[in-house]
Formats: sequence, C-alpha cells, structure tokens
Amino acid sequence: MKQQLEEIRKTAERELLAATRPAELEELRVKLLGKKGELTAILKQMGGLSAAERPEVGRLANEARAFIEQQLAERGEQLHALQTNARLLSERLDVTMPGTHRGLGKKHPLTIVLDEIKAIFIGMGFEIAQGPEVELDYYNFEALNIPKNHPARDTQDTFYVTDNILLRTQTSPMQIRYMESHRPPIRIIAPGRVYRSDPLDATHSPLFHQIEALVVDRGITMSDLKGTLEAFTKELYGSDVKVRFRPHHFPFTEPSCEMDIMCFSCHGAGCRLCKGEGWIEVLGCGMVHPKVLQNGGVDPELYSGFAVGMGLERIAMRRFNINDIRLFYENDLRFLNQF
Amino acid sequence: MLLSKRWLTDFVEIDEAVDDRTFCEAMTMSGSKVESLSHEGAEISGVVVGKILSVEPHPNADKLVICLVDAGAQAPVTIVTGASNVFAGALVPVALNGSTLPGGVKIKTGKLRGVESQGMLCSFAELGVTKGDFPEAPEDGIFILTEPCRPGQNILKALGIDDTVIDFEITSNRPDCLSVIGLAREASATFKKPLRLHTPVVKGGAGPTQDLVRVTVREPELCPRYCARAVRDVKIAPSPRWLRERLRASGVRPINNIVDITNFVMLEYGQPMHSFDHRFLSGGSIVVRRAAADESIMTLDGTERKLSPEMLVIADEEKPVAVAGVMGGEHSGILPDTTTIVFESAMFDPVSVRLTSKKLGLRSESSSRFEKGLDAQNTLLALSRACELVELLGAGKVCDGVIDIDHSDKTPFILELDVQWVNAFLGTQISEEAMVQALRGLGFTVQGLLVTVPSHRADVRHKADLAEEVARIFGYDNIPTTLITAPTARGRFNAEQKFANGVVSTLLALGFNEICTYSFLSPKAYYKIRMAEDDPLRNSVRILNPLGEDTSIMRTTPLPSMLDALARNFSSRNLSASLFELATVYLPRGENELPEEKQIVTLGMYGEKADFFALKGAVEELLAACGIEGAEFAAQPGAAAFHAGRCADITICESPLHESPLGILGEIHPEVQANYGVDTRVFVAMLDFPTLFAHAGGLRQYRPLPKYPSTARDLAVVCDDAMPAAEIERAIRGACGKTLESIRLFDVYRGNQIPEGKKSAAFTVTMRAADRTLTDSEADRAVEKILKALAAIGAELRS
Repeated sequence: MKQQLEEIRKTAERELLAATRPAELEELRVKLLGKKGELTAILKQMGGLSAAERPEVGRLANEARAFIEQQLAERGEQLHALQTNARLLSERLDVTMPGTHRGLGKKHPLTIVLDEIKAIFIGMGFEIAQGPEVELDYYNFEALNIPKNHPARDTQDTFYVTDNILLRTQTSPMQIRYMESHRPPIRIIAPGRVYRSDPLDATHSPLFHQIEALVVDRGITMSDLKGTLEAFTKELYGSDVKVRFRPHHFPFTEPSCEMDIMCFSCHGAGCRLCKGEGWIEVLGCGMVHPKVLQNGGVDPELYSGFAVGMGLERIAMRRFNINDIRLFYENDLRFLNQF
Repeated sequence: MLLSKRWLTDFVEIDEAVDDRTFCEAMTMSGSKVESLSHEGAEISGVVVGKILSVEPHPNADKLVICLVDAGAQAPVTIVTGASNVFAGALVPVALNGSTLPGGVKIKTGKLRGVESQGMLCSFAELGVTKGDFPEAPEDGIFILTEPCRPGQNILKALGIDDTVIDFEITSNRPDCLSVIGLAREASATFKKPLRLHTPVVKGGAGPTQDLVRVTVREPELCPRYCARAVRDVKIAPSPRWLRERLRASGVRPINNIVDITNFVMLEYGQPMHSFDHRFLSGGSIVVRRAAADESIMTLDGTERKLSPEMLVIADEEKPVAVAGVMGGEHSGILPDTTTIVFESAMFDPVSVRLTSKKLGLRSESSSRFEKGLDAQNTLLALSRACELVELLGAGKVCDGVIDIDHSDKTPFILELDVQWVNAFLGTQISEEAMVQALRGLGFTVQGLLVTVPSHRADVRHKADLAEEVARIFGYDNIPTTLITAPTARGRFNAEQKFANGVVSTLLALGFNEICTYSFLSPKAYYKIRMAEDDPLRNSVRILNPLGEDTSIMRTTPLPSMLDALARNFSSRNLSASLFELATVYLPRGENELPEEKQIVTLGMYGEKADFFALKGAVEELLAACGIEGAEFAAQPGAAAFHAGRCADITICESPLHESPLGILGEIHPEVQANYGVDTRVFVAMLDFPTLFAHAGGLRQYRPLPKYPSTARDLAVVCDDAMPAAEIERAIRGACGKTLESIRLFDVYRGNQIPEGKKSAAFTVTMRAADRTLTDSEADRAVEKILKALAAIGAELRS
C-alpha cells in the first residue's frame, strides 16, 4: 500500500504539471481525492491492514492527501497567473495611439486674461461694475472734462449715434456713472467694450476692450496709485517686472501718468519690440481730476481718488505673443484651441 | 514735434556728460515724451569730400568718364561716372569703397566696362537730401559742392547733415511745447539749467507800416489779438544754410527766405505766421471778419473752398485772402517777384479754428496749433523775431511800427500753493523750497505762496495742476509706492457676475469654445438671416459715421455674429465647431434714449456630432446646471431663420398662467445656411441671459438617497406620428402620481407592423416609493392608470 501511495503521489505530481486548464485540475482532484478517487480507494483498503501497520499507512495516506491538495492549490494558482498573463498579453494596446477626446471647450484668450485681471483686483478689494456701451456724450466726454470741440476728442475718433449719443470710446464714463450711484469708499474695476473709428488692421480694431479702475476715498494719494498698480503689475507679469510712471495728459486726471514696464525682450536696452525705448507702455492712469469728482457728486475737498484705464487686447497680445489683433474677432478654432 | 538738438542748445545748455539717450529719458520722465531719437545722415557712412583732379574719356564707353579724385588719402582714387557735369577742380561727394548710402545702398569697388571704379560720385538725392535743402545743387548730375570744404572731409560735416533730431509726443494740453522755446523751457527745468531767451531787435526804417496797411478786427471774440508789420524791398531768394538746416531737421521743406522765416518762427516760438503779398491786398486793407454765406476761396493747396458765416477769414476790401488760422489764399501768397509783404501774427479762437478746419476738411500745421489754444502774449514777440530775421537775412527792409489790435485778456491767473495739500495728495514730503524752485524753473512766478501762471500755460488752472507740475519735476519715480490704507474692502463678484461665470464654465465643460464677435453688423445681415421686413428687431441703433456699411448698425440679435463665426470655421476647413458667446444686443428705446443692452447666451454648432438633439441636450444641461426646472420646448415652425420642422421655442413655465419666453433653438434654415456659404447643417440656440438669471435655482437641498429598490416598466405605445413626445410624457406623469421617479423615451419606431401615419414610442417608466418596496401589484395598478390616460390622448399600448 505504501508503494501504491507513493505511486499516486508521483502520478499526481506528473499529471498536475501536465494540466494546463483549471478544468483539468478539477478532473484530477476528483480522480485523486474524490469519493471514488484513487486515494479514497486505497483508504478503503485500510481495513485489511494490521493494527500495527494502520497508523503508519494512515499517516502516509494523510501526507499524500495533503501533498496532493497543496500541489493542486499551487498548480491552480500557477495556472491562474498564467491565464491572467496570457489575457493581459492578448489585450495589449498600443499606448502610443492618441487618446479619445471629449472636446473640452476653451475660454477665449481675452477672457482668460480678463479673468486673471479680475481676480487680481478682487484680491485687492475691488468690485466689478458694468455700464452701457451706447453712451451719452455727457458721460463719455463732457463730465470727464472733455467739452465739445476739445482737441482731446481728436485722439478718440468717435462713432456717433445722435449728437448726444455715441459708442463709448473708453470705459471712463463708468467713473461718473458709478460715483453718481455709489458713495465713497469706491473701489471698482469696469471692464467692457469700447469703440473708436479706427479702420481694422493688424494693430487697430474699431472695437476693443478696456478695463477701468476707480478708487475714491478719503486720503487717497498718488503713492497709493503707484503702489496699487505696481502690485497689480507684479501679479500680472511676474514679480521681477520693472515699472515706471511717466507724466502724461488725460483731461480727467491730474496729475496723469502712463505706466510702462521694462521691455522683457531687451531689459531696457532698447530693441525692436519696444521700438528702441527699452520700455513698453501698459496703461494710463492718474489722480481723478477734482472737476470729475464734482461731476460725480463727490466733494473733492473731502475725497480724492485715482483712475486707471488699460487695453485688454494689448495685454493679451503681449501675453500670448499674438501679433495681429484681428485674430481675436475672427474666432477661428485653429486660433481659439491654442489657449 | 521734431526738435533739432542744435536749435535747442541756442536756448539751453545741455551738459556734454548728458548723452542723447540720457537726455531723452530725462525729458520723457519730466513729461515731454520722446517718441524717437535719430541722427541726421545716420544711414550714410564712408562718404567724403573729393576734389576731381582730372576727367578722362572712358576707352570702352561714350557715356562714361574716368575721374581721378583726391579724396584726402595719399593716393587719388579712380572713379567712373556717367554724369556729364564733372570737371577738374570740382569738389564733389565721393562714396568710397565700403561706404553706405540711404536705403542701405552699399558701394564697392567694381569694374565699369573694364575700368575699375573705386567708389561713386553722388548727386544730392543719393545723399537723401532735397533741392530745397541745397538750392545750389544741380538738378541732374553730381552734387558740385560750393560750401567751403576740403578733400577727405566727412561729407556730413561738410554739408551740415549732422544734427540730432528728437521726436516728441506733445499732448493736447501743451501747445506751448510745439516749439523749440517751449521744449527748451522744459529742458531747462528738467536739467536745472537757465533758459536763455532772446529778445528780438528790429531796426526798421522803411517807413510806417500804417502807410501800407490798415487792419480792422470785426470779431474780437474770434480774434483776440492781431499783429501785423510790413516789409518793403523784399528780395525772394533761398535762405542761408543754417536756417535751411534747422527747417530740415524739423521736418519742414525750405522754400524761400520769406516762407522759411514764417516757418522758422512758427517752430521757434510756436506761433503760426502768415505773409501776404501786399500787391494782392486790395485797398491795403486787412479785415478780420466772418465769411459771407456765398463766399469762397482758393487756398494755397490749390483747392476752391466754399466758406460759411461761422468761419473767420482774413479779407481785404473785396474778398477773403486767408482762412484765419487755417490756410492762406493762393492769390495772396508769396511769389518770386514779391516786393512788399505784410506779416501776420495773430491769436484766433481755438474752437472757431477747429470747427472751420473740420468743416473744410483742411488741417494744417497752423490750424493744429491754433485749435489747442495759443498764447496771445506771444504774437508780438514772434512778429518781431520774423522781422529781425528779415533784416538778418537781408531779405527786405522792415517798416516801422507794429499794428497790434489787442483784445486779449491779460489778467494774470494766480493760484495758491498749498504745500501741505500737495504733499498729502501726492503722498510725498517735498519741501516748500523745492516746490517753488520747480515752479519757477517752469516759468511760473512765485511770490510767497502765490503762484502766477504764465500766459502760455492756460492748462494750469487748479491746485491739482500745480501738484502735477511739482510732481513731474520732483520725478514720478521719486514718489513712494504705498498700498491704500483704508478699512478692508470687500472684493467680490456680485450674484449676476457669479451666475454668468457659472454659465461660461458649464458651456466650456459641454465642449463649447468661447468666441468674441463684433457688436456691429451690416444691415444686410438681416436679409441674410431672412428677417421679415416688419420685424421689430430690424429697428437698430444706427451709427451716423460708420467705417463702412459692414459695421454700421448695432446688432439686435446675435445670430448673424454666430453664423459668421461658424461660417469662418467652415471655410477654414474645421470639420466641426461648437461655439458660444455671451453676446450683447442693443435694442433701441425712445429717441434720445439709450438702447437696452442685454446679453444673449448664444450657442452654435455644425459637424459630425452636431444635430438638433445634441444642441438641445447642451441647452438642457445648461438649464440643469442653472437650476432651472420646468423649461418647455415647443415646435416653432414660424421662425424665419430656422428650419420650419426643426425649431423649438423655449419657455420657462413657473405656473400655467406664468410663462417666460427664454429663447429659441433649432436647425438653421437651408437658405440662411447657404447665405453664409456653409455647406452643412448648422444649429443655433439663443437664450435670454436676464431671464436665465431671474429663474436660476437657489441653494440646492439634499434629498436622502433611496433606501428601497425601484420598479421599472417598459411601455411601447402607438400614437399619431405628429403627437409630441412631451405630450405622452405629460400624460404618463399626470397618471403615475407620486411614485414616478423618471420617464425615459428609449425608442421611436415607424414602419412595418405600425399603421401609416402612426409611430411607436417606447418609454421606461421608473417608480419608487421612499418608504417601502413597491409591490408588483402597485406597479401594475400605476401602469393601468397610465394606459388609461394615454388612451385618452389617443395613444394605445402596442400589441
């Protein structure tokens, strides 16, 4: 019987190795260990053994069963692993093939930059105001210290709707409108469309966007103007940007300035990008003119303020290195999808 | 304003240590913005004076000669030229081997018909100058130099083409800086150097001006000051070189001594001058008056111009001889045989000059200065300067006495300098002394704290203006930078802005690209979208002075803009496009009233994945994201721009009695599609933004997750083909009651086994109770009710 048991172990070992499918393993289990299996058959003969032999053979039989069971399990795991591997191999993909795109929509590049600007100003405690694009001459010019026939009107070629109604040439009318309806302290930006009768070319568009900023409060100084704009500019262009404020003229601010940033291409040495100046003009600003405060119903003896105007397209063109303003309004996906 | 640096240094000394760049930077930072800096003759190098030693015929060419030229080097150079005006002994400009000429022309030694030429002899044009600059130069051929010069000398030095020219951007409030003296004053304040003004001295002696001319000013309001002086025995000739050089550097073409003098004085003093030929002043009379209604004048530019009574003219006894401050008349100008002239130096009302110039469509150097407002106290000085120059140039004999009709306001304008206020306003701590010094440097008179504004600074009228003067001389860069010190302000988006941001985010997530289109349209756009002639949306805000018809009205609908964008993408061969814009429309209200401006959320698509239901799905997702429930879509066969069978009106129904139209959605009419040149189906939806915002859902409330399983039943019903799915759904909803969780239409079938004119629509109806598992019999009872309700609307269970 010992020999038989030994035989079963050997056969089992051999046949298990030969099995290639889990089903075969199951067949083997039944054949070897099942009720009618070979091992069971041997155990059934145990009755014929002497009492002395019985424990020894019993132990051997149990060892054989344990061995076969262990072998079955091991082989089972092996086969499972092999099978899984084979499946994975057969399901192999070319991972260098392109992904399937769900088609994510993209913000317009002007919106991308405008959102950034809004976020910076909101972080500095500003709110956002909006006003009409078709505007009264009064708000666009008169109340901003630009009477009829003032030469400053020349620099802003205006589309008129009637003698008194026009397409706003700047977002500055929002200064008056906001002051009329809100008491200081005021801290707003007013982004929006503006219109000038410039024929469309690579650098001019009859419609473009400006962002106005207005701060009115007690004790606002020109150094606040500089500090606020410097903080804004460093947020927008990076903390290593250099800015300078240079005198300029706007009828509705006094003193007036233009703010330049140092040319990031030549770092001030002068190159083609900055037309040899070393600096690039970014925005216009100044202390709100006392008459303008008055026109907005604010007492210039008690309050002072500053105002800022900047062109969105120019900022976006620099940001993305776009050299033709027309691309913004053509809305070609080959352009829009780049941002 | 082009400034000759050489001319500037007549009035203010600039340290040698200050190079041109530093000079420009400092001027820019004190308020006179430099646009560009250039050096005359910068394009020319390696060109020298040469003396022709001999001229020999060319052995191989009849039209060429060989010149031996002493160009200052030890050995003479050989130069072949085709010019016929060269001769031995002549001094000429020689472009030597390796030299450059304007336009990037490089000169190299080369062979001309077998003879080596070591350079080129130049004409004046080849040196980039004009006949006006060098009247003595021959029209054709080589420039024979008449100036004292020696062989080998740099030609730029020899001819004085070596000035530094600075182009300033002068803002409209500073007409005083449209002059050499004005800029010199700024430079003197900037560099803290004295301003050296010159007082013109006129000898006169040619008899009284009054004997030759009488001046009457009929409109003192429009002409506050008029000064005139006559000159006899005028000899028209070219101006001397130093004067021509300054004009050239200033961008003005030299013409003749008298014309040049008036231009020179305009540039130096900023005061436009005019000179009349006395012969053509009928009656020796100058009358400053308004034009008569039927008058006209031929201006110097040779154009006949109709005048009108709001225009101020300078007239003689009979006719206008000049449009005041704008341009002289052709028939009273200076001619080669002019012998007696009258100089005019006047101050005209800026608004009047501006209106006249605008109405005539005629702008001149003169009008652009007058319209900014000139200094009435400058006229006499300028006139004297002109007369002084006449004597200096020997151009004529100046008469005695000046006619000066002066109605100008001479009251000095005085402001108080509030040192503390200025510092508080600027955020600085500038001393009183420094402020006073800055103001004095700019020509203000300061006594104690009273500041008298000079007459040429009409732009300074308020203490804030004084603050600016102080600030720019102190240096904007020296003003500290601080952050606003005030109670913390609340920066935020308001509710509507937040909502708009949400709409944008949703549409982006839905795969729509944001676009940005023009607000104006061509009126033709309304035809292109088949808008009815009597559609109220045709009433648009109209621009009086558009750039062109294409941009002449403000849109009342965003549809044409969206279609333009889709069409552009189609023609760029982009296979598909899904675009959106929060587009503003402009809806006229009453006359003299501003239009209503509101935004329309506009979606448009074409291409592989675009169809009516794709767009409808996007709209539904957007509405869901906005928290809007109860939007209904109803067939709209009457929208002109849309496919009659594929268009829906979208309405928000708060209650059966209260419905708000929200917008429209559909496939674009094939004709409209063709009008835009798009050869594929196009789908557009337009939703009224204010309505969306008004109906936006507020805060969402959590609903517990279901604890009990749901029961679903599929129902296929047969109904009239025309019956809207929404009607069947409504019937199911009404009949099923509380346990209804959802209805999903999953199949629509027409054809075999379904009668003609009918369709089969299959729905999955899902039911669930919150508190128990629904039993089969409960579900069956619900289905029975549903079927009854469906039968009532003519939909039967498919057998």
